[in-house]
Amino acid sequence: MDIRERIAKRVAKDLEDGDIVNLGIGMPTLVANYITEGIEVILQSENGFVRMGPAPEEGKEDPDIVNAGGVPVTVLEGAAYFDSATSFGIIRGGHVDATVLGALQVDQEGNLANWMIPGKLVPGMGGAMDLVVGAKKVILAMEHTAKGKPKILRSCTLPLTAKKEVDLIVTEMGVFEITPGGMYLREIASDTTVEKIKEVTEAEFIVDDNLITMED
Amino acid sequence: MSKVVSLEEALKFVKDGTTVMIPGFMGVGTPETLVDGLVDKKVKDLFLICTDTARPNVGIGKLIASGQIKKLYASHIGTNPETGKMMNAGLIDVTLIPQGTLAERIRAGGAGLGGFLTPTGVGTVVEEGKQKMALDGKEYLLELPLRADVALLRGSKVDKKGNVWYNAATRNFNTHMATAADVVIVEARELLEVGEIDPNNVMTPGIFVDYIVKGE
Repeated sequence: MDIRERIAKRVAKDLEDGDIVNLGIGMPTLVANYITEGIEVILQSENGFVRMGPAPEEGKEDPDIVNAGGVPVTVLEGAAYFDSATSFGIIRGGHVDATVLGALQVDQEGNLANWMIPGKLVPGMGGAMDLVVGAKKVILAMEHTAKGKPKILRSCTLPLTAKKEVDLIVTEMGVFEITPGGMYLREIASDTTVEKIKEVTEAEFIVDDNLITMED
Repeated sequence: MSKVVSLEEALKFVKDGTTVMIPGFMGVGTPETLVDGLVDKKVKDLFLICTDTARPNVGIGKLIASGQIKKLYASHIGTNPETGKMMNAGLIDVTLIPQGTLAERIRAGGAGLGGFLTPTGVGTVVEEGKQKMALDGKEYLLELPLRADVALLRGSKVDKKGNVWYNAATRNFNTHMATAADVVIVEARELLEVGEIDPNNVMTPGIFVDYIVKGE
């Protein structure tokens, strides 16, 4: 399985029946493909609706309905549209159970940097700062390293998106949880070892006594 | 007096240096006819308030490409590489604002509020130069209202009194911007007689709208 799919599949396991969830652009969007059968997860799109559905069939795109990446999508039965202040009221007001985002850097304190690289890439934060502050649970879906360099650090060096808001980090190598007592490695992929993870992780982490093997 | 005017009459309110609000998310909900009119009119040094600069040659992207924007407030510019290039070349003065904060600042501007407190941006570069307050042990930034000289909106159905109904995800910033500018101009995708929109379904009451232009 492709590592992006492995990550998306593992993130999906954290979503519960009835959760209202906002998925970021890119790998987080793939999570929708792996939601446990039989449960209902309500997807929120910050440009103004809930109960987002899959991409439409070719030729059936509605130019008035796109996701947060500007890509045509559908809405499911029971959907609702709203304006941007309401949408971000939903986000900041604690009505979103989980948000799944990518990361440029994350650190052991739960600080996240995912909106700019000074002098190189300044796309803007869009809705990310509101989402990370407002969602009850912040899950990062990210590749463990960037061209072999650690992205999970002792302390972020890039401008932050938010301070101490990250709860869970899912990579192709394992699953980390950030708690007030430190960062824990809770799950490990079957094709790696704790030693290998340490080599590519700058952050200090505690290995869970009951370390679980991640599903492929 | 009829609110329905020609494109030329409506756009006489936009001059060199005017502050303009334009809604739309990746072009969805953006008044294309009014934007094209501004491009043709060649007004320059505009201060534009919008959530994103779409893609080159889509919606607001056209005003970036034509070099008419001097100052920009937006939450995301990453999907239009032209914006970044012009920012780096010093041609556009860009201020990036979290999307939820931008929506709420416009809402405050139209609702007579002196500002609001938000947790979004605490501990990031967004807090620079802003008053920070702690209430019940939680930190907030004081964000101030935003207003413009002119707002250019896009209604899916507009009656001749200016009552507006927005389809699907086109609502986004339209309803807030309708309240926060001295002159409000709506592009009507469909122009209806008074009474053809049920008062229960009016999303922007016509009292906010000064002029209506029939869209293409």
